[in-house]
Amino acid sequence: MKTITANRLTDGRVVYRTIDEGWSENATQALRLTPENAETALASALEDQLIVVDPYLIDITGDVGDFTPTGRKHVREAIRLTGPSAGSTKEIAHVSIR
Amino acid sequence: MYQYDEIDRALVDARTAQFREQVNARLSGALSEDEFKPLRLMNGVYLQLHAYMLRVAIPYGVLSSEQLRSLAFIARTYDRGYGHLTTRQNIQYNWPRLVDIPDILDHLAGVGMHAIQTSGNTIRNTTTDPFAGAAADEVADPRPWCELVRQWSTTHPEFTWLPRKFKIAITGSPEDRAAIGVHDIGLRLIRSKAGEIGFEIHVGGGQGRTPVIAKKIRDYLPQRELLAYLTAILRVYNLKGRRDNLYKARIKILVNAMGADCFARAVEAEYEAVRGRALTVPVEEIGRVSAFFAAPPEGRSQTTPPAAPGYDRWHGVNVKPHRVAGRTIVVIPLKAPGKTPGDIDADQMDLVADLADRYGLSEIRVSKEQNLVLPHVDESALESLYTLLDGARLATPNADKASDIVSCPGLDYCNLANARSIPVAQQISRNLHESGLDAVAGKVTIKISGCINACGHHHVANIGLLGVDKAGQEVYQLTLGGVADGDAAIGKILGPGLNAGAAVKAVIACVRVFAEKAAPGEAFTQTLARLGAAPFKEAVYGV
Ligand code: SF4
Repeated sequence: MKTITANRLTDGRVVYRTIDEGWSENATQALRLTPENAETALASALEDQLIVVDPYLIDITGDVGDFTPTGRKHVREAIRLTGPSAGSTKEIAHVSIR
Repeated sequence: MYQYDEIDRALVDARTAQFREQVNARLSGALSEDEFKPLRLMNGVYLQLHAYMLRVAIPYGVLSSEQLRSLAFIARTYDRGYGHLTTRQNIQYNWPRLVDIPDILDHLAGVGMHAIQTSGNTIRNTTTDPFAGAAADEVADPRPWCELVRQWSTTHPEFTWLPRKFKIAITGSPEDRAAIGVHDIGLRLIRSKAGEIGFEIHVGGGQGRTPVIAKKIRDYLPQRELLAYLTAILRVYNLKGRRDNLYKARIKILVNAMGADCFARAVEAEYEAVRGRALTVPVEEIGRVSAFFAAPPEGRSQTTPPAAPGYDRWHGVNVKPHRVAGRTIVVIPLKAPGKTPGDIDADQMDLVADLADRYGLSEIRVSKEQNLVLPHVDESALESLYTLLDGARLATPNADKASDIVSCPGLDYCNLANARSIPVAQQISRNLHESGLDAVAGKVTIKISGCINACGHHHVANIGLLGVDKAGQEVYQLTLGGVADGDAAIGKILGPGLNAGAAVKAVIACVRVFAEKAAPGEAFTQTLARLGAAPFKEAVYGV
């Protein structure tokens, strides 16, 4: 199974393509694609260049509402999905006003 | 320190306004991502795994307290309350929104800072000795020359589209603390037999995929001719450097292909054409710029012996001799046990800025070891300073110790990474402290990079770790014997790659061998040279 991910243009945050051809930070809403329909869905996602930067396909496994990245880049995609595994983003209480 | 004049201010303001327009054009669709990407990179804006990253130049690692407070303000207001100091003496923010970056650049411009040329195939921020102007062993202060290089190279039209990025380092001390051997150009300030100050010139060093130690191409260059000679080197590189292959585009490849002698002859020919003319720096200009970097006044000596618990150890490790009586250099390691190397939160930035105002002539430095330095501390204030630093976890006595680990952001943030660096660094740090090894081991450097781009300087670590991707798994290659400063050397691979847990154990095992087998006062490289790699190999691989 595959889905499509990208970074949002305005703030760079990780987003996933949704069923209604939108984008969401909420990975549970990520579209599920088969090898057959993946390229067509990607072509449509690539049109959204005012919303996202450089959408691409990733390999995933798991049930609807919960997925795990697989394939060669699975560690990278898992870190994108759940945030940095270490570092100050985890250690420091957020004081950002945003 | 140097203060912007009207020309600097106008340039930075114009560039900030221009970038605001470019961001708006991207948001409106007037610019595509392909068109926008080189523009944002020219202004230090990368897109990483989770967000944009903004790299702000800290010119040759020198900061005023006012500038550090502004960096704290930006961290709090536009980021997640912290910044990451890099091995090139810059600061990176990991979470800014693109739409906020023009405002951030406005704030930076207000305190004489910017992000220009912190990316792209241009001349980057010059690195230098974090103890410049303070080191007891200094021949001449490199900062006026770093500043002249900054002014010459900023938006230099001829050198804005080089074959690849270009990095210059300058040291003013015989004990090189600027790693001049692994820069595209490494400059050492020396005194000639006649007592004149000039430069020894090294070219073609670098790390990354093809680590190389720079070759000396000139024994002595009169200081006034520096910009003419740099122009000559860059002209040869710009014309002859490869542009067909990203991995072969750095000057080190060109110097190697031509041979250092042939490259030097080509540079000398170019130099003949430009020397003694407009690029020769007028004596008055050297005087004008140098005046910004005047030596600090004498400080006051300590009158009563300090009694604070832990003070003596801190003083023995983190405090360095100053050239001026009554002053000392204080290293502030951002390396508390288990902490992310180089990260500093906004409160700590504000505290260091306040302490610099109270005790250190308002000046702060960033080191390539990802630490802060107060270069001009009044000796009589050392105990008060220690107590306040200790309260903010900024007094860990580990400058130049094993746990003073250098680490790039790695796969937790970086788009180019193969493997994580930060959790590995944190685990090594914890183990070193918990085992007590950090206190007993002598001088040893540990550096970690998440990929072959080597931002963590692993090639020149005594003990280096490089993250590689092996069929989708994070694997670490262990190298021993690298040296960054002085007689620079590239580390050699010790054995097969290791997973993260094994890599942590391997590094600890190497430090333990060093601690147990070092002769009194011996540094890691000396022990390694004396014993060879065998005992380390046996400790790591059991063979
Ligand atoms: S060494 Fe590689 S992983 Fe580390 S910051 Fe540089 S590019 Fe990223």
